[in-house]
Amino acid sequence: MKKIEASMAGTVFQILVSVGEEVKRGQAVAVLESMKMEIPVESDAEGTVKEIHVRAGDFVNEGDVLVTLESL
Amino acid sequence: MEKGTGRLEAYRERICRGGHPKYHEKLKENRKLFVRDRLKLLFDGGDYQEDGMFANCTKADLPADGVVTALGKISGRTVCVMANDSTVKAGSWGAKTVEKIIRIQETAMKLKVPMFYLVDSAGARITDQLEMFPNRRGAGKIFYNQVKMSGMVPQVCILFGPSAAGGAYIPAFCDIVIMVDKNASMYLGSPRMAEKVIGEKVSLEEMGGARMHCTVSGCGDYLAKDEEEAIEAAKRYLSYFPQNYREKPDKLPGKPEKKGADLEKLIPENQNLPFDMYELIDGIIDEGSFFEIKKLYAPEIITGLARIGGRAVGIVANQPKVKGGVLFVNSADKAARFIFLCDAFSIPLLFLADVPGFMIGTKVEREGIIRHGAKMIAAVSSATVPKISVIVRKAYGAGLYAMAGPAFEPDLCLALPTAQIAVMGPEAAVNAVYANKIQEIEDADERKAFIREKENEYREAIDIYRVASELIVDEIVPANGLRRVLAERLQFYESKNIAFSERKNPVYPV
Repeated sequence: MKKIEASMAGTVFQILVSVGEEVKRGQAVAVLESMKMEIPVESDAEGTVKEIHVRAGDFVNEGDVLVTLESL
Repeated sequence: MEKGTGRLEAYRERICRGGHPKYHEKLKENRKLFVRDRLKLLFDGGDYQEDGMFANCTKADLPADGVVTALGKISGRTVCVMANDSTVKAGSWGAKTVEKIIRIQETAMKLKVPMFYLVDSAGARITDQLEMFPNRRGAGKIFYNQVKMSGMVPQVCILFGPSAAGGAYIPAFCDIVIMVDKNASMYLGSPRMAEKVIGEKVSLEEMGGARMHCTVSGCGDYLAKDEEEAIEAAKRYLSYFPQNYREKPDKLPGKPEKKGADLEKLIPENQNLPFDMYELIDGIIDEGSFFEIKKLYAPEIITGLARIGGRAVGIVANQPKVKGGVLFVNSADKAARFIFLCDAFSIPLLFLADVPGFMIGTKVEREGIIRHGAKMIAAVSSATVPKISVIVRKAYGAGLYAMAGPAFEPDLCLALPTAQIAVMGPEAAVNAVYANKIQEIEDADERKAFIREKENEYREAIDIYRVASELIVDEIVPANGLRRVLAERLQFYESKNIAFSERKNPVYPV
């Protein structure tokens, strides 16, 4: 199990993956909107999306879990 | 007793062997080199002149008292070195060890030459504590000297193994700390001590490993995969620096830039979209000349040494690809330290600004973002080396100040056509000025249209040609012409020689 966390505080702008989808290392799984910038959040591991914890528009703090991956 | 060279040779041979063979075996197991082999790799021709080889030579188990201190050449330049021998009492410091280190530091100060610390030591030899720890020429003097030497001569640390407890201050006081992955560690109290004293259970790697220090604590500047890479990196680092603060860095023959991305296509016009700042750096520096410092730490800002037309330059660049290029506590800290480093040794500074500002919110306020940001701004202000500020895209709020904006006496403030200088971006500004009015508009489409109209008005008000007409920037250049302009300007600014301020010492935020 691998947790992908928000790299900084901001609002969830887009979720780019869906449950069951395979994710590669370095692939963006979500985009945050913070300080008026679009901040891609990349996965640092391979895996299958097990759970998506947030929805577009949610406020997240740095370190909040966005997506959980199951190892391949 | 024999008086001839036979006895001398026997002594030398025994001392140069270092500690017991079982400790040499251990070195091999851990992919570590013997101290004298490290020195051979470091110095030109593997050659060096050693001081104090015979320290404690009447004690068979203390060859050189666990440290080699020497003078040698790196690319023809004189350098002083202290190097722990971890095969002798785990590289711990006895009374003679400490005296030898102090003496080689004194030599470096007298000669005004760089000082290298090749660290691999378990810390104080507790059995010797009265002789090595508290007195006037005890271990404290090593750190005292380091502080005195800071900014006088380059101080370079390569960390091959542990640097424990007080010993951890040697890397802390160096200009750069190169750490060997998996083997290097830095900690005040070992995991064993942490468990005993505070009840924490933790591994050495987690608590004070090289990777942790290069990514989280910021105590490490360069993570090397093995000892050979670490030694090469130290030599390469030195090539950008002069021997001491009175001299200037060497100018090498220039090399062309890396042929890659079209810089004008690289930078998106939409200020909110990320791009990779490394590609812009590649497009303006001599190919292969980038030596990055703290690559893995606070990557939303990039700091590194490079050459443009053969001239050494220190680059401070926002990275919009990471955290939007926003400045945080650690990014401000990283940049401030790098600016102090370049300014100390006459390395011109180049700022590449694409910054939405300093981070806001509860978390960073509690961390003291204001004083850390102020520290970076203090570093930028007080740097008297040639400073060139390039506004690549947005430079909002105090971000403009931190990136050597016009008030901070850059010798040149350049704008790319994509530059946008403002207190804040259009979205934030319209919201700040018209918040009440926006709320009053009930129809959603009407509200959107109003916002769009006001944002466009704002964009026109801060248009880069209006900014240039007010002489806020000195010149506007296309991205593809940036390298040539920088190379020429760096040459013009070479004779800059100014003092910043008259006083005993500043009281900057830290």
